[in-house]
Amino acid sequence: MNILQAENLSISFTRYTGWLRREVIMPVRQLDLTLEAGEITAVVGASGSGKSLLAHAILGILPVNAKVGGSIRYRGEILTPAKQARLRGEDIILVPQSVTYLDPLMRSGTQVRLAARSSDPLKLQREAFRRYRLEREVELMYPHQLSGGMARRIMAASAFVSGARLIIADEPTPGMQAEDVAETMRWFRELADQGHAVLLITHDLESAVTGADKIAVMNAGMTVEWLPASHFSGRGEMIRHPYSRALWNSLPANNFSLPQASFRKVSGGQEGPGCPLAACCELATARCREELPGMREVMKGWVRCHAS
Amino acid sequence: MLLEGKGLSYRYGRNGAWLLRGREIAVSRGEVVGLQGPSGSGKTTLARILAGYLQPHEGTVTLDGRSVRTARGYHPVQMVFQHPEQAVNPRWRMRRTIQEGWQPDWLTLQSLGIEEKWLDRVPAELSGGELQRCCIARALGPETKYLIADEMTAMLDAVTQVQIWHAMLELARERNIGMLIISHDPGLLKRICHRIEPM
Repeated sequence: MNILQAENLSISFTRYTGWLRREVIMPVRQLDLTLEAGEITAVVGASGSGKSLLAHAILGILPVNAKVGGSIRYRGEILTPAKQARLRGEDIILVPQSVTYLDPLMRSGTQVRLAARSSDPLKLQREAFRRYRLEREVELMYPHQLSGGMARRIMAASAFVSGARLIIADEPTPGMQAEDVAETMRWFRELADQGHAVLLITHDLESAVTGADKIAVMNAGMTVEWLPASHFSGRGEMIRHPYSRALWNSLPANNFSLPQASFRKVSGGQEGPGCPLAACCELATARCREELPGMREVMKGWVRCHAS
Repeated sequence: MLLEGKGLSYRYGRNGAWLLRGREIAVSRGEVVGLQGPSGSGKTTLARILAGYLQPHEGTVTLDGRSVRTARGYHPVQMVFQHPEQAVNPRWRMRRTIQEGWQPDWLTLQSLGIEEKWLDRVPAELSGGELQRCCIARALGPETKYLIADEMTAMLDAVTQVQIWHAMLELARERNIGMLIISHDPGLLKRICHRIEPM
């Protein structure tokens, strides 16, 4: 079942540079994404490509000077600010990146019970603690007493008890050792198996490939390709977009090869009629510079590229 | 020339458990050594001792037989950290940050993929990858003999990561810089290191 659908989403900011000089930057310009119940979808891309803004746009927590274009539908209905306020924390929950998001003055048991949607929060919280291998005494601990691993489990437990239909995890794994990454991904898989839709926002393609069902690759504020995670294999023959392929081939476990194209982050201020990547892509043709590529259906996904 | 830690012991607090006990480590010029181990095993602590930020409770760190703690001025052992945004002054423009230790030539900046327009920006206006390139340039002065990279690219996407490492390893080769690389990614260490030390 289709839980969330973003269509041609754009996010722009107006900022003032000097006296009365206004500048509009558009860090997200063409974002399309569909999240299904029971599936993990990973959004992968360069830092600064607009991944976290997507999460903020879904939750409705963008700064006030942000303007959102296109549409986000939640279970078929357009997400309005009022609806977002009602859904966030209830139906849509964010698993944050670091411990600092836990309330420093709240015991972890209380923290998890607060998220629980049940007539008996205590029972549900204890069940979640057992599930995530947290001892009974952890209930009484404050965040500063938790190790990094325990804090992550508390956050996973909160997502588990919330019963939210959509779980958004923003960079859940950087700096973690391989076993912890695998454990975290296993939790998301369990949540997906229970019928939740999981949106995983990450720069770590490797963990996305092992943990997710579908992968959306982002660069320059666009989703350039959407494909099954299993297509990331071998030398990347099943990957269509040149940036996705470069991402795959530059992994240390694959080629560690320097991409021919420089694929620098394209700054949001540059506006041209063509593909924002045309300036740094080795496959770029005249058409790429003149015409923004649309979504083209390919085997079990789509790609936004003239040249591939 | 050798960067050598001998019998290093360290613990946090007066009665804490020993994190390092009699630890030995050596890196020679031009060598790329990986340091691998689970989180909390003391990798960063060892790096900070080698770079002279921490004084070990026991043992010595020597460069060419002389203590690194006695070095004055530009330190021959430089460090690059995981979170570049915490390693720069948020109010300084990048031009000033890059020139903190030396005057980088345009060629070095170019080889690291640093663009001229970044130099007039403050850290908040750059992405993590852009900022990290600047931090690397800052640490690569002519007097840098050793460079310690502590999870230097953990926050970066694969394409940016590969670009940074290629540029960095080439510069290190040219200048015969010894490197100690801390990473939780065994694949990366296998790719770039001459040898890997367990923690």
